[in-house]
Parts: sequence; structure tokens; C-alpha cells
Amino acid sequence: MTYVIEGKKDSWQVVLGLEVHAQISSKSKLFSVASTNWGSDPNTQVELVDCGMPGALPVINEYCVDQAVLTGLSLNAEIKKMSIFDRKNYFYPDLPQGYQISQFEHPIVGKGHINIEIEGKVKKIGITRLHLEQDAGKSLHDQDIKNSYIDLNRSGCALMEIVSEPDLSSPIEAAEYVKKLRSILRYIGSCDGNMEKGNLRADVNVSVKREGEKLGTRCEIKNVNSIKFIQQAIEFEAKRQVNIIENGEKIIQETRLFDPNKCETRSMRSKEESHDYRYFPDPDLPPLIISDEKVNLLKEKLPELPDEKKNRFMREFNLSSYDAEVIVNDQGTAHFFEKLVKGRDPKVVTNWITGEVFSHLKKINKDIKNSGITPEKIGSLIDLIVDEKISNRQAKEVFEEYMKSMDDATTFIEKKGLVQLSDQSEIYKIIDKVLSDNPKMVDDYKNGKDKLFGFFIGQVMKISKGKANPKLVNELLVKRLKE
Amino acid sequence: MSIDNSTVKKVAKLARIEINEEEETTLITELNNILGWVDELQQVNTDSVEPMLSVFNESMQMREDQAESNFDNSQILDNSPESNAGFFVVPKVVE
Amino acid sequence: MNDFENLSISSAIEGLANKNFTSLELTEFFIKKIEKHNDLNCFITSTFDKAIEMAKISDQKIKENETRPLEGIPIGMKDLFCTNGVRTTAGSKILENFVPFYESTVSNNLWNSGAIMLGKTNMDEFAMGSANTTSFFGNVKNPLGSKVNKELVPGGSSGGSASAVSSGLCLGSTGSDTGGSIRQPASFCGLVGLKPTYGRCSRFGMIAFASSLDQAGPITKTVEDSALMLQAMVSFDKRDSTSSRQSIPDFSDYKKLSIKGKRIGIPKEYMIDGLNSDIKKIWDSGISWFKSEGAEILEISLPHTKSALPTYYIIAPAEASANLARYDGIRYGFRHNADDLNDLYEKTRGLGFGKEVKRRLMIGTYVLSAGYYDAYYLKALKVRKLISQDFEDSFKKCDLILTPTTPNVAFPIGEKQTNPIEMYLNDVLTVPASLAGLPAISVPSGFNSEKLPIGLQLIGKPFDEISVLGAGAVIEELRGF
Repeated sequence: MTYVIEGKKDSWQVVLGLEVHAQISSKSKLFSVASTNWGSDPNTQVELVDCGMPGALPVINEYCVDQAVLTGLSLNAEIKKMSIFDRKNYFYPDLPQGYQISQFEHPIVGKGHINIEIEGKVKKIGITRLHLEQDAGKSLHDQDIKNSYIDLNRSGCALMEIVSEPDLSSPIEAAEYVKKLRSILRYIGSCDGNMEKGNLRADVNVSVKREGEKLGTRCEIKNVNSIKFIQQAIEFEAKRQVNIIENGEKIIQETRLFDPNKCETRSMRSKEESHDYRYFPDPDLPPLIISDEKVNLLKEKLPELPDEKKNRFMREFNLSSYDAEVIVNDQGTAHFFEKLVKGRDPKVVTNWITGEVFSHLKKINKDIKNSGITPEKIGSLIDLIVDEKISNRQAKEVFEEYMKSMDDATTFIEKKGLVQLSDQSEIYKIIDKVLSDNPKMVDDYKNGKDKLFGFFIGQVMKISKGKANPKLVNELLVKRLKE
Repeated sequence: MSIDNSTVKKVAKLARIEINEEEETTLITELNNILGWVDELQQVNTDSVEPMLSVFNESMQMREDQAESNFDNSQILDNSPESNAGFFVVPKVVE
Repeated sequence: MNDFENLSISSAIEGLANKNFTSLELTEFFIKKIEKHNDLNCFITSTFDKAIEMAKISDQKIKENETRPLEGIPIGMKDLFCTNGVRTTAGSKILENFVPFYESTVSNNLWNSGAIMLGKTNMDEFAMGSANTTSFFGNVKNPLGSKVNKELVPGGSSGGSASAVSSGLCLGSTGSDTGGSIRQPASFCGLVGLKPTYGRCSRFGMIAFASSLDQAGPITKTVEDSALMLQAMVSFDKRDSTSSRQSIPDFSDYKKLSIKGKRIGIPKEYMIDGLNSDIKKIWDSGISWFKSEGAEILEISLPHTKSALPTYYIIAPAEASANLARYDGIRYGFRHNADDLNDLYEKTRGLGFGKEVKRRLMIGTYVLSAGYYDAYYLKALKVRKLISQDFEDSFKKCDLILTPTTPNVAFPIGEKQTNPIEMYLNDVLTVPASLAGLPAISVPSGFNSEKLPIGLQLIGKPFDEISVLGAGAVIEELRGF
């Protein structure tokens, strides 16, 4: 389904391109040995380069180069044998050198692509390039009426800027693209994908056009730091542009900021002033040469990526495309699934993961990897159901409590006295009691009121306090009523 | 290519250098002289010549990813004209 | 008290080893001398207490036979090298009160070799100048001016370093050379100035002017002293990505070098219009000295020589425009307060930088700006390649190149101030080797009619400082003074 904005006069399409900034999960910064730890006191993780001291010189972190190459490989992209670092010149208080070391004409990674899935359809999104650059420091504007405060702890941290082709055409596509990218980055470990900490953030280029028209003038929304905000920002900005054009005015190419509180974008005057960045090759850094040997070594390190894993899960475990997508999206979940599914029914395992386990994780606000939940813990519970020791319903009812306990499933069930009642004669006793207590209903049932079957089941379960094996109750009740 | 006062103003703005009118007049002359002089490079045939980025032709040495802490906050801020609570302080930036 | 004024580093090392005098005596002598010659304005900051402390340690080391290569040798440190706890200004108001909390690799290497710091020497602001007249701390005088009863420039940008060595205020000093800033002042002050191959000395902690050209080197009285100081200054430094991993030779091996059979190239393009006739004469003498030693003299051509200076005056200001962007009044240095951030930037930099620096920042900003990059900056990078190629081709035919260092001798302070290009032309003979990153030395080779010194320049192949020093020693031996 195409995303269309209905203006007063025409229907409009949106054209979107994303520049995603991903902070590399390295111990030290791109060109300095300062730590990248998050949340330290201001200006405590600052080396000479990071605060632009006279005579300071950059020295590149090999780990960051490797992560850029790995990421390039996982984006099906061309790794450039030679790339060059440039200086991007502009004045800003959190840019201590007066320039950002970035890559302009010769990035480390060239063209590639990733696939996203929208309503079961696969769409290929082109990657224009990936380059390495320094992050800026942080300016705090709300500490003081007259002043801004500058913290350079983030200054010089390694960023990968991943630029997409303008292949995205709806907010949901943009969201799926970022989700997929984040999933890939997490799989290979090059970025933790944490958008709240700003470790992953996107600049969104938005333009609108009528069908069949050429690309319109675009606006760039800077630094959007959640997937929800990306969608909201696009929706607002596209409508804003449609209104402007339909009123006979022109879009001015500019940088805008998304305000999540007002859910709108507004012009960033300060960044507008001059866009002459005067890029030139940084004379402090020789060209970066990537050997074939390095690329081959890194290729071997590349894990199975989400798409490959998804295909394998569909093939090996007969999962639906939707289930497989949900499970492989997070690498931890995929690992968990693979351990849990060993010797168990994939369908049951999938239902438990996407059902109870996911809602539990949401409650405790953790991902599966650091939740403390083990496949053994969930597995032993599933096994009890399959072995008909407890019912599925029972298991779901006690799930939260079970997650809190330290016991394995068997011990837990025993302590709770939850063992399923599967003794035929015991069940017959309960059935007989229910039938003799309700003679009228038995008559009605026999006269064709089939619905009452459910009532008898419910009564049996109630009397057994939910312990009776539902399958058995069903069987025996049918037998008795036929008698 | 000749430099007029609007170019000088624009370049001074880019370089964040305040110049007064007198300096502006002098700079117009001087920059025109200098740029006129370097313009003789246009006569050099550089077809099929690769730009020389550096005379240094050894491969770039890379660093292992080890974090160090060589300076504390007071050293970093020691030379600053204005600081507060561990931060550098500047006049309010409008975004 | 001994008179140490004409002492060389090598003879001082000998004297200290033979216990003829102590490092403390040496140091105190120079401290007194510096105080007496304040008028030359060689030093921006003196570090006498530190010097005495260091001298005492050196004397102790000598006593205990733990002598390091430059043990107890008092030197001047160009104020471009960051020195831990000692104010470092680069000759600029914008760094007037800047005190680094780190040490440049070159200065650190020198202290680790036992050298003693007397102070930080004056220089053209951010090393931009050829007469040491752009320093915020005032111009430096050339001590040789007294010979002709004129106030002469010492050359630049390492003018304070050269003047201090020439007037016997220290035994040697460091300089930095971007387009001639070691060789030209050495020539003007009758000294040996050596710019090593780009990458030999680490640039870490050396305040950047033009990163692809900047290279540290010594200014000394003799070739031997240059070799000694250079040995202490060089190192592979993992903190500088352009620091060379080439093996470091024993530079004193220049003494073993035989000039016989070496091929010395004489580039015809260096016979420029306006080359002083006395200098031309000395150049001819130089040729004859090498001939007499059995060297083969051949005329060579470096066809793009004429383009070197314009190329330099695009590349160096372009790099400087970015290198000097960090001086913004926020984290250190001079700040002119304002309520608006842009005002603060513009006033700080407008008032904090001197005229010549601002001029070059304007040029550099312009040649990198949209629409001009290709015509100026990119073009200059291509011509730089051609210039470098010229040298590469020539060094297939010859081992060394002999030229004058400067087109003129030291000139009076105040001259060449009206037109910047006139000042820039001082570097016409030194800039080509800088652009090609080659080692080059200026050695005093004679005098003009007024007895002002004239230097000849020897340019060598990359990393062949030994031949450059060896040929320099030949001049020293045969020049007849």
C-alpha cells in the first residue's frame, strides 16, 4: 500500500532518505585514547584531541576501522581499499578543533543495500555509503539563562554515518529500515543501537512530490532519536511541505529540528547561516588503506545475519515469515529460540516466546539477553505441559510467579500443588457429581442443547481447581453423556 | 577572479574574524595581489596529474582500542577563560 | 668566569666530560648573558629556575658517569613547542597566557637527552613570517646588525632561536620549518640550520601551522652540533600519524662520508632574477669546493621551481585556516567577552590574531571555499606533485642539490613590510624542498661586502640527512673561516 498525503488539491507522495549516525561500541574514541563510557562527570573523558589543544594530533583506533568494515560487509556493500579523512570546517562550541574529522569524497564503504519487509513484501533499500567521523561534544542550553555549558566527553567518539538512497516512501518504511539497520548493527556488535543514549540517531531527509513528478526540494530533520519520533517527524514535515506548496509557496532547503513535545518540526536558524564546510583532506592523517587480508579476516568473523537466520528458521523449523522475523530481530532472542527449540515443538516454543516471554520482558523492561531468563527455565515449563503434567492455562496463570522463583518447573509446580489431575477414576467422580447436581441441564443437553457441554467442562474444572487434565475431562465427559 | 568587499566580508565571516572598514580596504588590495600572484599556477599543465595529499608515503599506523585517562577535569579546564561545575561556559547558543 | 660565548655543543660536551667546567657554570653564564641582551628580544619566556635545577641534575649525572648525549647543554626552545607547565604562546596574543599540561615529543626527547631549557624563544606569530616581525611579543634583532650599525632582522620564523644562538645566549636551539623557517634565519644569522625529512621529528605537541609541511629541526653553530641535536630530537612517535617508521641512523656517521665521486646537482632554475650578486659568487665558490673534493658537478633542471612559492601560499594558508580554528576563546587562550557567541568568536579572533596571521587565514579560507577549491587548492596539490616529481627525477641523476638558501642577506627591520609578496619572496629558495618534504641544511658559506653572512643550502634525498650533513661539513672545512 502506498503512503499518500491527501492535500486540498492533490495527492502527494513522500520521498525519504536517512542518514543514520551509529556510535561504534569501542572502549576508546576514534582518534584519541579517552574512554567512551556513558554518563561520567563532564569533561573527565577528554584527551588533547578531544578538546582541540594546541599541538594535539589524531591517531586512529583500529577497532573502529574494523567495525566499519564489518558493518559495510553486513550491508552487502563495497569496502574501499583506500579512503581519506577530511576536515569539515565550522565553528561551534562543542566542536573543539573548529573542524570535524570526517570522510567526504572517499568514504571507507561504498554502495550496498538491505532488505526490509512491509506487510509481507520485501523491499530493497539502497545504501549510498558509510563513513567514519568524530562525534561532537554536548552543549547544554538549559542550565543557565545567559550561558550554554559545554561537555566534551562525547567529543571524538567514533561514529559511522550510514546514508541511504532516497528509496523510502512512508513513515513505516523509514521505521522498518531503522529497525533492520539497528538489528544488523547489534548482530555484528558494531553499535549497541541505544537510541535513548543517542548512540543511534537519524537525520531524515524529507521531500514531497505529485506522482510522476521529479524529486522536490528537501528539508533535513536533524538528530531524531527514536523510531516513533522518526515516524512522527516525517508525518508532520510532509504535511507541512504539502501545505506550503499548495499555498503556492516554495520549500526552502534547510535544516530542521523535531520537537517531540509539540510533535512538530521547526527551522534551526543557528545551523543555517553558512553551509560552506570547506572540506579538505586532513594533513594529519595519511590515507586509510584496507588490505584484502583484513577484509577476508573480518568476513570470517561475520555472524549469521538476521536475513539469513530468518530464512533458515523458516526452512528448518517451518516458522511463518512473521514469526521468524519477530524472533530473529533480536540476536539474543534468536539464540534463545535455537536453544529452546532443541527437542521441542517449534510451534509451541514460538508461541511461548512471542507470547508470555515477550510480555514478561516488556514488563521488566529488559531484553532477553540481560533478563536472566534461561532456555532451561522456560523449557522445563513447556515440557510439563507437553507431558500433560499441567495445563497450558495453568502454566500461563503462574508464569509471572514462576519467573520470580528460583525453582525449576517441576519443583515449582509441586510446591504450588499444581500437578495436573489425570487419574480417570478421580475425574469420573467429579463428572458424576456435576451431572447429578444438574439433572435438568443434562436433560436439556440430551435434547439437543449442545452448548451446555462447555458448562459441564467449566464446572469440572472449577471443582478440580483447574487441575484436571482438560483433554481427559473432555474425553470422559463425552463418554458419560453418551451413556 | 577578483575579490571585492562583499567577498572579504563573507570570508571574514566564515573565518570568524572581525575586521573593521580600514582592514577591509587593505585586505581587498592585499588579497587581490596575492591571489593574482598565485593565479600564475593556472598556466601549469596539470592534466592527468594526481593531487599530492602528503609527502608522507608510509601506511597509517593504527592504535589498539585501549582506553586511558591521562588528564583530569581540572587540567582540561585550567586554561579556560570561563568554566563552571566542570563545564566550559559560553554565551547562550540559540538553536 | 670562562667565556662560553663561542663554545659549540660538541666542545661543551667535551669540556663537561673533562670537568673543565660544570653545567651549572655554563647555565649561569647563559642566564646572565640573556639578561644582559634583553634588547635582542630573543626570549618570550625565560625558565631560569628550571634551568638551574636541570643543570644541577646534569652535574650529578656527570659525576656519577651516567651522562646522556646532551647532558648539561643549555638550549633555547622555540615557543612553538608545548612545554609542560611553561607558558607556550606561538608568538601570539591569542595564546599569551596558555600553559600546556603536556610536553611536545621533540622537547621531551631533548630533556631526556640531558639538554637544559633556558627559555622559550621568540618567533613569528604561529610561525608565519620571514623576519620575526609578526610576533605579538615584538620583533627580534639580529646581533650581526651591530656590525653594520643597522637594526637587522634575524629572519623568521625561528628568529628568536637563531638570534639567541648567534649572540651566544645559548649553545643551540630548536626551530621549526614550514617553508624555510629554520634555514632562512640560520642563513641570516651565520648559523647552521637543518630541516630534516618530513616525518623524522614528531609533530606531537608542536603547535601546527601547516601540518603537511611543518618539521622541527636544530639551529646550531656547527654541522657537528646539528647532528648531535638532531639525534636527540628524532624518534618514531605513535602519537603522530605522520611520524616515520624509517630506521634512525647514527647521524654522526656523516663524518665517515666521502664526498669524492658524489654527484652534486646545480638547479638552473635557482638562478632567479634578483639573486644578490654576492650570493651568486658564494654559490660559485661552493661549487668549486665540492669540485676540489672530487665531487661531480652537474647542472640539473627543476622545471616547476617557479611555481613552488605560489603553491606554498595556497597550501600552507589553507591548512592553517583549519589548524587555527581551535583558537576561539572557549577552552583556553585569549577571549574577548561578548553576549553573543558569534561576536565572541569574531572579536576574540579579530583582536587575538595579528595582521599577517589574519591575512593568511583569509587566504586559506578563501581558497577552500565553495567555487574556488578546484581552481586554487586542488590545483596547488597537483602542482605540488609536479614539484615533488622534479626532485625525484633529479635524484636519479644526482645525490645532493646545492643552492643558495636565500636570495638576499639579512635586511633592516621595517623593510619589505609594505607588500606581503615581497616578504614571501624570501622563501623562494627554501620552499621547494619543503613542499617535497626533503631534508635540507643551510650552512654559513661566506659574507657579502658588508660582512653579513651568506648561507648555502644542500638538499638531500628523503631520509638521507647523513649526506646533507656530510656535504655541509665539506663547506665548513673549505669556506676558509
